[in-house]
Amino acid sequence: MSVNSLGRELPETIGGHKLVPYAGPFALTPPDSCVSSKRKLALLRPGESKMKASIKDAILACGLRDGMTISFHHSFREGDMIIGQVLTVIRELGIKGLRFAPSAVINIRNPSIVDFVKDGVIDRIEASGIRGQLGDAVVDGLMDNPVILRPHGARPRAIESGALDIDVAFIGASSADEYGNATGLIGPNACGSLGYSFIDAKSAGKVVIITDCLVDYPCVPTSISQQDVDYVVVVEQIGDSEKIGKGAARVTKNPRDLLIADWAAQLAAYSGFFENGYSFQTGAGAISIACTNYLANLTAERGIRASFALGGLTAAIVEMFQRGLIRTIQCSQCFDAVAARSLTTDPNIVEIDNSVYANIFNKGSMVNKLTFGILGALEVDTDFNVNILTGSSGEMMGGLGGGPDVAAGAEVSIVTLPIVRGRTPSVVKRVFTLCTPGETVAAVVTEAGIALNPKHRNYGILKENLEKSRLKLVDIEYLQKVAENLLGVPKPIECTDKIVTLVEYRDGSIIDVIRQVKRL
Amino acid sequence: MLELKKPAVAGTLESSDIQISMAPNPGKGIEIELDSVVKMQFGDSILATVRRLLEEFEIAEARISLNDKGAIDAVIAARMQTVICRAAEIGYNWAKEDPHAR
Amino acid sequence: MPGKKLKRTSLYASGASVVNMLQAVFYNQDCIVYDLEDSVPLDGKDAARFLISNVLRRHRPEDKHIQIRVNGIYSIYFEEDLEAAVRARPDALRVPKVETAEEVRTISRKVAAIERKAGIEEGSIKLWCTLESHIGVLNAKSIAEADPRVEALILGAEDFTASMRARRTKEGPEIFYARNAMLMACRAAGVDAIDALFPDVNDVEGLKEDAKKSKTLGFDGKTAIHPRQVDIINDAFTPTQKEINYAIRVLDAIEEGKRQNKGAVSLDGSMIDKPIVIRAQTVMALAKAAGIKIGGDYYER
Repeated sequence: MSVNSLGRELPETIGGHKLVPYAGPFALTPPDSCVSSKRKLALLRPGESKMKASIKDAILACGLRDGMTISFHHSFREGDMIIGQVLTVIRELGIKGLRFAPSAVINIRNPSIVDFVKDGVIDRIEASGIRGQLGDAVVDGLMDNPVILRPHGARPRAIESGALDIDVAFIGASSADEYGNATGLIGPNACGSLGYSFIDAKSAGKVVIITDCLVDYPCVPTSISQQDVDYVVVVEQIGDSEKIGKGAARVTKNPRDLLIADWAAQLAAYSGFFENGYSFQTGAGAISIACTNYLANLTAERGIRASFALGGLTAAIVEMFQRGLIRTIQCSQCFDAVAARSLTTDPNIVEIDNSVYANIFNKGSMVNKLTFGILGALEVDTDFNVNILTGSSGEMMGGLGGGPDVAAGAEVSIVTLPIVRGRTPSVVKRVFTLCTPGETVAAVVTEAGIALNPKHRNYGILKENLEKSRLKLVDIEYLQKVAENLLGVPKPIECTDKIVTLVEYRDGSIIDVIRQVKRL
Repeated sequence: MLELKKPAVAGTLESSDIQISMAPNPGKGIEIELDSVVKMQFGDSILATVRRLLEEFEIAEARISLNDKGAIDAVIAARMQTVICRAAEIGYNWAKEDPHAR
Repeated sequence: MPGKKLKRTSLYASGASVVNMLQAVFYNQDCIVYDLEDSVPLDGKDAARFLISNVLRRHRPEDKHIQIRVNGIYSIYFEEDLEAAVRARPDALRVPKVETAEEVRTISRKVAAIERKAGIEEGSIKLWCTLESHIGVLNAKSIAEADPRVEALILGAEDFTASMRARRTKEGPEIFYARNAMLMACRAAGVDAIDALFPDVNDVEGLKEDAKKSKTLGFDGKTAIHPRQVDIINDAFTPTQKEINYAIRVLDAIEEGKRQNKGAVSLDGSMIDKPIVIRAQTVMALAKAAGIKIGGDYYER
């Protein structure tokens, strides 16, 4: 066993691979080598077609075999119907032992991924989070190979470093043409930005576009280029429109969440970094959306304009843009239909590659240019480490998302969360699973007060400026005590020695592991 | 010993609350069933609070069913006091902890 | 920031809702009112008493003025409400629908009896009386002077308007006299005056107008019906520069008097008595809570 710089224990090797312990947000440098890719040269003569009559035909044409790696994107969220269809066909073909590598969290319920694991179709999973039935099964020790979870920016890094070679990428598109130009920007089931699949299109051995809306050649706009695509399949339905997201994500009315959001926005406004041309990222959670609205008002009041908003897009950010308060939106994914539709309305709302957004091992990603990052969390500890994966009973609940990336890059990274959730404390002495290192977190905002991290590089400026404001500044230890005094001390969760999940940091080092939970 | 006269319920299924159902249990002593969203972390502590209240009221026979949504001790104690008074059809003696109280 | 001296905002926490009660402590209201009355259904009064008792015993908020609103004096719940509420040791009991001075004296006697039995300092639990009818408003002065426990009068505009057969509006002409009558009674008796709530939670501009009116008329605070209203009302009660300047002069005069060992101090030809000093300290507390920076140590005096 070795111990990383945050005090978390991890094995030295797993399945023959050596693990690199986390040693700091920028401790590792990339190897001096060319990027890895499974993409090959190809020849398509005029008149030859890429169209396949069925998913089955496409899979056979790709030469998918036991043990290979397949990938999907998550842009259709809970409404995705492609993953289920493809896996079902793969199972029917008797292909087994695949490594399943979706671009983020897999949320589909029917069919459940657990069944494909139990059937042996899938024996390895690499994602940014797993939940529900699959999450419970993994934590209960279902899989022989530990799941690997990594934040958004780490996926293209893993692919280009050769750690995650993709043999076949199945890319769902809401519109595509017969030659493989594809997009999520238009079509009856438009999901918006396909930024998470760009790396797959460029690096996978074979790329299959699956669409339910074939358009005249050439598809315009296009997000994925025909030059990267091997086959195109048209199906009845790529997704459930209702679940992909109708209308705007609802703004919360919960006064507690509004209070936290208001304080987070005020923190940004009084931080000393709130100037014309600032940039920000908020997430998809209720607090984040509310925070966007408060931030917009403060921006207008100050008479300034943000230079860009980054990452996941919501209707709230679109509205802020339409008020003239943001120069450009750089969007890697869309969280609701308003966001999805907005990408074709204005040239300053731009679809970007996830790698440009957050990859640590390229020539500079956009998180490096962020002023403010508003992050959600399940738990934060007195060292400001963040848990965004596991709940109070050790269950898999969240997903790494872009949190670790944003925290590392932003001048002011702000974690927002209620001090308790039911009888679960949000501020604890030691997080159950460490996902984002405390050294990259500048502040924690709860309804019980705001704690600044003395170990963050901008602590001095923040403290000086925020002490002049009316915000309630407290120590992080005070917040932990408030939670504990209210709820009592819980019995710690007991785990076995079996490691079921590896949690990677942006650079591929291991920041924590998740062990199987001992059930009562 | 305080005897329960009828089944009674107190509390709600709202987050942070606990719903407690209590009924007479003649000849069978105390039987407790606990369902909790934080059973692993607080199960023992919840049962301890429940037993403490039963002792305080000198209840030796009761069938108790707890549906807990993350209630803290103060709330569990309050709901127990409520359901006991309802099930035993008694008023509560608020003066019992006064100094010089008999 | 909330403060115990300040009474700018009161926010209710329903004794029928655990979540409501636990979350209520995190907002910026000066007074938290744990409710046994209107927000608690009739078959839940017993449960609410136990909940409020237990929560106040184990998780008493440190930085707020703590009140418990009991049911009306003629209700079947009143006696037991007092038994539970007094023993929970709030800073004050909030009594709804008060109409006569005699009612106040009766309540005070009953509270005293319980204080004695429970070993609580007699007279320490104050009364905040809500006037909710025309009779109450007409008797405001005698109610305010009825007993040393009376610390504040509150205008319950909704029921008052109903008793007048008037229509409740945002502009408030229907409560104009009641506001002023109650205020005058409070000033005569030397107790605080708390203005009526603004019922439209979504109308931010309307609330700002109404809260400004409350301050201008001379009220010491206002009831909020939703956490969203708290900061807006607090802001409205920020003292003016003129009030702050006067308070500074009062405190300076007192300091000067102490230095010269004078028993009695005067300012602008009038004696500075205790109420004036308290008023000056309150203005300082309001200024501090509003984040106004004043040099010197006025905030500590």
